[in-house]
Amino acid sequence: MRGDQINLQNVIARSATQVPSPQERSGGVDRVTKLIDVSRCIGCKACQVACAEWNDLRDEVGECVGEYDNPLDLTPDTWQVMRFDEYEDEQGNLEWLIRKDNCMHCAEPGCLEACPAPGAIVQYANGIVDFNSEHCIGCGYCVSGCPFDVPRISKKDHKAYKCTLCSDRVFHGLEPACVKSCPTGSIMFGTREDMFDLAETRTNFLKSRGFDNAGVYNPEGVDGTHVIYVLQHADRPGLYSHLPEDPRISPLVDAWKGVTKPLASMAIGLAALTGFFHYVTAGPKEYGEEDEAAVREDEAREREREERP
Amino acid sequence: MTLRVTRRQFFKLGAAGMATSSMAMMGFAPEPAVASIRHFKLTGAKITRSNCTYCSVGCGVLLYSRGDAAINNVDDIYHVEGDPDHPVSRGSLCPKGAGLLDYIQSDSRLRYPQVREAGSDEWKRIDWDEALERIARHMKDDRDANFVADDDDGNTVNHWISTGMLAASASTNETAYLTHKVVRSLGMVAFDNQARV
Repeated sequence: MRGDQINLQNVIARSATQVPSPQERSGGVDRVTKLIDVSRCIGCKACQVACAEWNDLRDEVGECVGEYDNPLDLTPDTWQVMRFDEYEDEQGNLEWLIRKDNCMHCAEPGCLEACPAPGAIVQYANGIVDFNSEHCIGCGYCVSGCPFDVPRISKKDHKAYKCTLCSDRVFHGLEPACVKSCPTGSIMFGTREDMFDLAETRTNFLKSRGFDNAGVYNPEGVDGTHVIYVLQHADRPGLYSHLPEDPRISPLVDAWKGVTKPLASMAIGLAALTGFFHYVTAGPKEYGEEDEAAVREDEAREREREERP
Repeated sequence: MTLRVTRRQFFKLGAAGMATSSMAMMGFAPEPAVASIRHFKLTGAKITRSNCTYCSVGCGVLLYSRGDAAINNVDDIYHVEGDPDHPVSRGSLCPKGAGLLDYIQSDSRLRYPQVREAGSDEWKRIDWDEALERIARHMKDDRDANFVADDDDGNTVNHWISTGMLAASASTNETAYLTHKVVRSLGMVAFDNQARV
C-alpha cells in the first residue's frame, strides 16, 4: 500500500440521495484495488475461511454434492465462494479454472443505483462499495441491480449482505482479510495504479508461457471494478463460472432511476400544486345535503355496531 | 381490535400518507448522513506471537486477545491472523490456519490428560504427573519385553518396534533434533508427526 490517504473513506455516492456528498476532500485519495490472479490460485479456500473469521460469519455446515464448490453459492453468511471449473483446451489439456467470486466493487455500482433506501449503500472515495445495514429495508433491489449477482438477503433480519472489501480493515490501513491469508499471493491489494502494474506483469508472464489471450478483467460496462482478475483466457470470461462478458446495470434499473422516478416525482409535485391552486381558486369541496346525510347514517351505524356487545 | 375507518377518514389518511412519502422521496426525510464503517475489532487487543501447530510448516500466527489480565478478569482469544514477520509464512495462512480461532474455542478441544483404561469405554481425567508416570511405565515395560538387540542372523539391530512415537509437527530445528535423539536412542522405529494424521 502506498500513501497515507488510501484509507480515507469519504462518501462519494449514497443510494437514493439526490444531494451530492461533500466533494472537496476527495482530492488526493488513492483508489484501492484487489487483484485476483486466477492463474496462481490453488483453490485452498483460506480466503473464504479468513473472510468468515474476520467478519464473524459462521454459515451452516453444508452437504457434499460431489463438487469442490462449498458452499455452492454466496449466502448472507458467506460473502465469497471459490468456483471450480474444469476446462479442456484445444490441445486436450485439462485446466482447472478456480475463481474467487465476491463483490466486484464496481466504479458504477448497480446495487447503489437501484437501492431506494437513502444511505443503505454508499461508495467511498477509495472505491469501496459498502452496505449500511442500519438503513437497509430489505427490498432486494440491489440483488436485481447487481450485474454480478452478489448481494444476498438474510432470512434472519431481511437485510442485504455482501463483501465489504473489509472496509473496517482498510480504514485502519490493513489489507482485506482474504488478501492477507492467501498463501500463493494470488490475491493482492494496493492502489489501483500499482495493481494494474502488477496485473500487466502477470499478463505478460502468462503470455510468455503460451496463454496468448491472457489479460485483465476490468469491465468497462460498469466503469471498471475495484476487484480485478488476471485471467488466462481473458477473451472468454464465461469459462470462469459464467463471469459476465460485458456486465451492465440492467436497463430497467436505468430507466426506473433515470427517467421514471424523476418524472413520477414531478407528476406528484404537479398534482400537489394543482390541488393547492384549485383550493385557493375554487375553495374546499362543498358537500350536498344528500352526502352529509349518508355520512351521518354511516356514523350512526358505526356507533350502533360498537355499542353492540 | 379492528380499526374502523369511515370513508372520509380513509381519504384523509390516504392523503397524509401520500404527502409524507412524497416529502421523503424529495429528500426531506430526516436521517443521519453518516456512513458507518464497522467498529474495528482489533482496537485495544493484546497481540501474542505464536505458531500454528497443525502441520510441519509451522506458520507464524498473531493471537489477538481481549482483557488486560487483571486479577478479576479472564482473557480470551477472539481473533487469529498471520504474523507478517514470520519468515516461513510472512502473514499468510492456509484454510486450517485461517480458521484457528474455531479450534481454540472448540468444545471438543483436549484441555487436560485423559486415560481410557483397558476394557473401559470411559475417558477419565488424570493429572500431568500421573500421565507422564504412566507413559514412562508403559514404555519401560514394553521396551524391556520387546527390545530386539540382534536379529536371527546375529546382526546387531537394537530396535524396538512394538511402540511408536507421534511427535508435534511444528517444531524448530533444535526441537526436532532433540525429539529425534530421544526417540532413536530408545531404538524406536515407528516415528511420525501429527501433520499427517
